Amino acid sequence: MSNVFIALQANEDSRPIVDAILADNPGAVLNEQPAMVKIDVPGRMTIRRSSVEARIGREFDLQEMQVNLISLSGHVDETDEEFTLSCER
Amino acid sequence: MDMNAKKKLGLKEKYALMTRNLGWETTYEPMDKVFPQMDYEGIRIHDWDKWEDPFRLTMDAYWKYQAEKEKKLYAIIDAYAQNNGHLNVTDARYINALKIFLSAVPSLEYNAHRGFARLGREMRGVGPQVACQMQAIDEIRHAQTQIHSLSNYNKFYNGFHDWKHMNDRVWYLSVPKSFFEDACTCGPFEFIIAIGFSFEYVLTNLVFMPFISGAAYNGDLGAMTFGFSAQSDEARHMTLGLEVIKFMLEQDPANLPIIQRWIDKWTWRGVRLLTIVAMLMDYMLPKRVMSWKEAWEVYFEENGMALFNDLARYGIKVPDCAALIKKEKDHISHQAWNAFYTAGMITNFHTWLPSEDEMNWLSSKYPDSFDKYYRPRFEYYRQREKEGKRFYNKTLPMLCQVCQIPMLFTEGDDPTLISYRQIEHKGDKYHFCSDHCQHIFEHEPEKYVEAWLPAHQIYQGNCFAEGADPTAPGFDPLKSVLDYWHLDFGRDNLDFEGSEDQKNFAAWRQQATTN
Repeated sequence: MSNVFIALQANEDSRPIVDAILADNPGAVLNEQPAMVKIDVPGRMTIRRSSVEARIGREFDLQEMQVNLISLSGHVDETDEEFTLSCER
Repeated sequence: MDMNAKKKLGLKEKYALMTRNLGWETTYEPMDKVFPQMDYEGIRIHDWDKWEDPFRLTMDAYWKYQAEKEKKLYAIIDAYAQNNGHLNVTDARYINALKIFLSAVPSLEYNAHRGFARLGREMRGVGPQVACQMQAIDEIRHAQTQIHSLSNYNKFYNGFHDWKHMNDRVWYLSVPKSFFEDACTCGPFEFIIAIGFSFEYVLTNLVFMPFISGAAYNGDLGAMTFGFSAQSDEARHMTLGLEVIKFMLEQDPANLPIIQRWIDKWTWRGVRLLTIVAMLMDYMLPKRVMSWKEAWEVYFEENGMALFNDLARYGIKVPDCAALIKKEKDHISHQAWNAFYTAGMITNFHTWLPSEDEMNWLSSKYPDSFDKYYRPRFEYYRQREKEGKRFYNKTLPMLCQVCQIPMLFTEGDDPTLISYRQIEHKGDKYHFCSDHCQHIFEHEPEKYVEAWLPAHQIYQGNCFAEGADPTAPGFDPLKSVLDYWHLDFGRDNLDFEGSEDQKNFAAWRQQATTN
């Protein structure tokens, strides 16, 4: 199965998002590069609003991620609760 | 950020209201006349409502997050400029990468803006219209932020002074320029495959991730911030490109061969264009994150191929050029630097030979090619430099009629033999760097015979300074061409070693660290 990935700027805003991704996606691999982090997951990656909120202690809109997003791969599906990347839609 | 506003509607509902429900069937004029560009490329669309929106960014959210990105970006750029951040880059040679970036890229972004603004009008479905309009705004933002960020360097270093003028004239800049202009002169569906799919999806990650991460590694916060900020928009653009391709393939099986041809062609054109990024990564970043080859393996061979695997169920095949590309990845960055080093009289940036340490790094990253083919060449050039006979190529290169790159690539199976193709069309000879560029020409000769090839134009006398008289005694053609490009001989070009940039950087850094 191919990987999907997301890359975020390496900063404080991204940290809880990265933690949430690593906790919610078994098989996720964290790759830290200068000024950025890239997370690869085989097949499918889900980012859950509730998981991020549990880490930051406030309401979170998944679209806030746009501010620190660098890039991604795969097919995107976006709802209020989850942001999903998958190899096949 | 104030994120506490309560939502009344879900994301999907809001987005559906903004897109589907804002569209209408026209009655005064038939829809085919309102959207006249939708048919002539042969793409068949039966039901625009089948369009699935990947990102569901509504206008209010779009403005909010883009404004947030801009505030962050300008805060960083201002702080970087205010604190003379340019003196913290690893090595002043790095700044030459930015000269290439400024004279090549913002003009591409601007053309992307124009192309998507056009598509925002021409696309018949409301979903793609909205996505294209947002993309058009993103692209002009990229051009602006790149220009603003790099303008700070123009206060201190040579070669940044007239990037737009150079983009339209300087020989190697016709490569990126013609890439985008050739895309802009396509129909709307081909344009979106060329830019939204091949360029954005398959290739921009290579520019804005490893290269920009490398810029950060070399202390350039300015480039880091505009690069990552731009690529965050590209993430949306990539999903749009992917959606367009799936949508077209699902609409009608007759679309498949047309789309396959476009994918083959624009993947190849994009790969050729990225030759210069390969060189930036391997030769112009003093501190290196990864080699071009490594980046290529991650972002093209792994991610790009995953994408083609996904599209296989629609009948899409991996482009034929993939086999040659795989062989070329060990060579193109070295071949490009060799070409620019020897053309160092006619560049808008400085060139140099890699140090011994850098050559060792290149050997370790390219064990199958560097020591065998390229190190001996650089050692020979170094020997010539020591003897005071620095080698400059005094003639202009033959350019490929399609990608406009000089004939610097070699045969896939023989890195010592220049790859060179020639055909006749209506009594004229045309030259190509590869079978793939030749095939592109053969399919659309009417388009590519129009190419404005800088080397040809110079030899035809069309690129001398205004008012110059080539028949006057003592006329210096090289100097006149540099004048036409607005390049200052001895200041903007030639070796980094001994340049004004090198001296100034050293003096200013000294001032910054002593009393």
